[in-house]
Amino acid sequence: MTDILPFLKSIISVSGVSGDEAPAADLVQKKWTPLVDEISQSRLGSIHGLKRGTLKKSPSKADRSPRPSVMIATHMDAIGMMVTRVVDGFIYFTNVGGIDSRVLPGTPVIVHASGTKEELYGVIVMPPANLLPDGEGSGVIPMKYLFIDTGLLPGEVSKRVRVGDRISFGTEPVEMSGGTVSGHTLDNRASVAALTVCLEELQSKSHIWDLWAVATVQEETTFGGSYTSTFQLRPTIAIALDMTFGKGAGANGFQTFSIGKGITLGIGPSVHPFLYKRFKEVAERVEIPVADDLMPEYSSTDADAMQLIAEGIPTMVVSIPQRYMHTAVELVALKDIQRAGRLMAEFVASLEADFIERIVWD
Amino acid sequence: MLSIGSPQIKLLEKLCNAMSVSGDEGEVRRIVLEEVKPYADEVKVDALGSVLVRKKGAGRKPLRVLLDAHMDEVGFMIVKDDGDGFYQFRIVGGIDERHLVGKQVIVGKEHTPGVIGAKPIHLTDASERSHTVDVESMRIDLGPDGKAKAGDRATFATKFKRVGPSIMSKSIDDRIGVAILIELLKNAPDNIELCLAFSVQEEIGLRGATVAGYYFNPDLAIAIDSTPARDLTDYEGRENYTYNTKLGLGPSIYPAHSPVISDPRLVNFLAEVGTKHKIPFQFRQPGGGGTDAGAIQQARSGIPVVSVSVPHRYTHSPISVSRVDDWKNTLNLLHVALQEMTPALLKR
Repeated sequence: MTDILPFLKSIISVSGVSGDEAPAADLVQKKWTPLVDEISQSRLGSIHGLKRGTLKKSPSKADRSPRPSVMIATHMDAIGMMVTRVVDGFIYFTNVGGIDSRVLPGTPVIVHASGTKEELYGVIVMPPANLLPDGEGSGVIPMKYLFIDTGLLPGEVSKRVRVGDRISFGTEPVEMSGGTVSGHTLDNRASVAALTVCLEELQSKSHIWDLWAVATVQEETTFGGSYTSTFQLRPTIAIALDMTFGKGAGANGFQTFSIGKGITLGIGPSVHPFLYKRFKEVAERVEIPVADDLMPEYSSTDADAMQLIAEGIPTMVVSIPQRYMHTAVELVALKDIQRAGRLMAEFVASLEADFIERIVWD
Repeated sequence: MLSIGSPQIKLLEKLCNAMSVSGDEGEVRRIVLEEVKPYADEVKVDALGSVLVRKKGAGRKPLRVLLDAHMDEVGFMIVKDDGDGFYQFRIVGGIDERHLVGKQVIVGKEHTPGVIGAKPIHLTDASERSHTVDVESMRIDLGPDGKAKAGDRATFATKFKRVGPSIMSKSIDDRIGVAILIELLKNAPDNIELCLAFSVQEEIGLRGATVAGYYFNPDLAIAIDSTPARDLTDYEGRENYTYNTKLGLGPSIYPAHSPVISDPRLVNFLAEVGTKHKIPFQFRQPGGGGTDAGAIQQARSGIPVVSVSVPHRYTHSPISVSRVDDWKNTLNLLHVALQEMTPALLKR
């Protein structure tokens, strides 16, 4: 098994705030090109890697492709921030994706300055009470009052930074004990790394279905990538590989899972029960520990979009537990990333020619 | 004029990246000892751990001047091992709890990397997000095989950066003072007896300076610290008239701060030196925020004191911001002032 750590560290070190994913897309394309038969980019920026199966012809007459295909979607966009205004060199911002403003004060960031194409280091500042409207200075300071100081003089900032520029978290990846890695954007680049593991595993494993390895854009904001790529590729079945909640301080409910102890299989309306069943069987056969991830309404993954494409597509959600989601210090276990990649490969290899025909609802 | 070049930047970087939480200042102490030994006539580590340095002057009885800068920083102490790499901790010194969740930290002598986690936003509701998180419910997470023990110190993991006209780092308060003291020792004038206190435990009650002031029994003392610049923009565009100090205006001289009224002879002298030599300086707005000058002033039968600080923004947070020019001008104001000090200064 290859060491995925160097790729993981590099992919969480490039930007790709939701809606502006080019740096991440470039790196994914470079990494996947030798692992797939064809690679291309969608009109909205998602990366589509095709690894052809060995089946001569699809048994289904309705299927336009020569073979049935499985799409595995890992979103590559990141939560982040966007510049709203610049005042005296201080950069005000709003969130792109879900961010709790309580995690922001004192956080290092990178401002992607479109004026000069520079990446400016900065820190998120919590202004003192006397500079805020009366009554707003105590307790949690709302995001609209926070701003970024880049250490540059006001004139230098206004030359470089424009309203609408993206801002990424600036924490650097750090290896921690127990084979874990902490950093920002592990949601969902850890899954991109897992899908890369899957592609590597499939270099020496035969599969008869086509595999579409897809790195989607805009999952954190509009699901724009998963809606459009699924339409374009029209897979027979589609799987979202994403992150789920790790147990940690303040997070111990039914939605949370120990990191390093295995991955999760979704149960709920976004998951086709037959796909769940097959994943469960494969996981047991290859001894990958899995737990049930209960999603009573939405999965809040690309699967929610993918299942609604065209006449409907059977979808599945597989997740890697992660602590501190949507902060600059997300934490995952490398072992779980490897497990997710291997389970995906084993699942793809398990697909028989008539798998989809054998699905019968009660 | 003394300059801030690569060696000075490198030394400050090393000082800022060290962990030296109040009461456990060994890392910075080792750097200081290594730096001062070749230049000092006397070096000792006192009972509390401060480094006390003497450089004799020329003449029969030169003015004895004490310069103080504190080696300690605000940080954390691990207080309980919850198992599985999770640790309870408490704050050492004045850190606003709102700066803690979602931050990278380092723990113990090995600088073991860790994080202070935060509950994912997805698992919170609006009402929960309107409440700050208490330090009692936070945990430092070292990963599943994390090894730390109660009593270990921890601090923010942010690394020193040099950016444009600025430095951005944790612990500029008061490693920049420590760096200035080292530079002044290396360039010590011989008209005075120069005493240096690299003091401990400033952040938790000025303790190192309390006994260092007694030990040296100086004719006068200057605390070299770093003070908040609150020269930020007001959200509603009102004039910010409580800025304390402003970045870029030079060393800040303290006329008064809690609980110290600086010796007016020293305040005026520093201002005269700055004006005469065209070294920019500013007066810090009177108000709260103590320095070691408070402890030294009350040592023995009383010692004339003044505080001079390099301004920084974002006190006691993971990343503070200072200007290199303010550092340089503080160094030079003090260097020139030391050269021009005579016993007559205190007879005015």
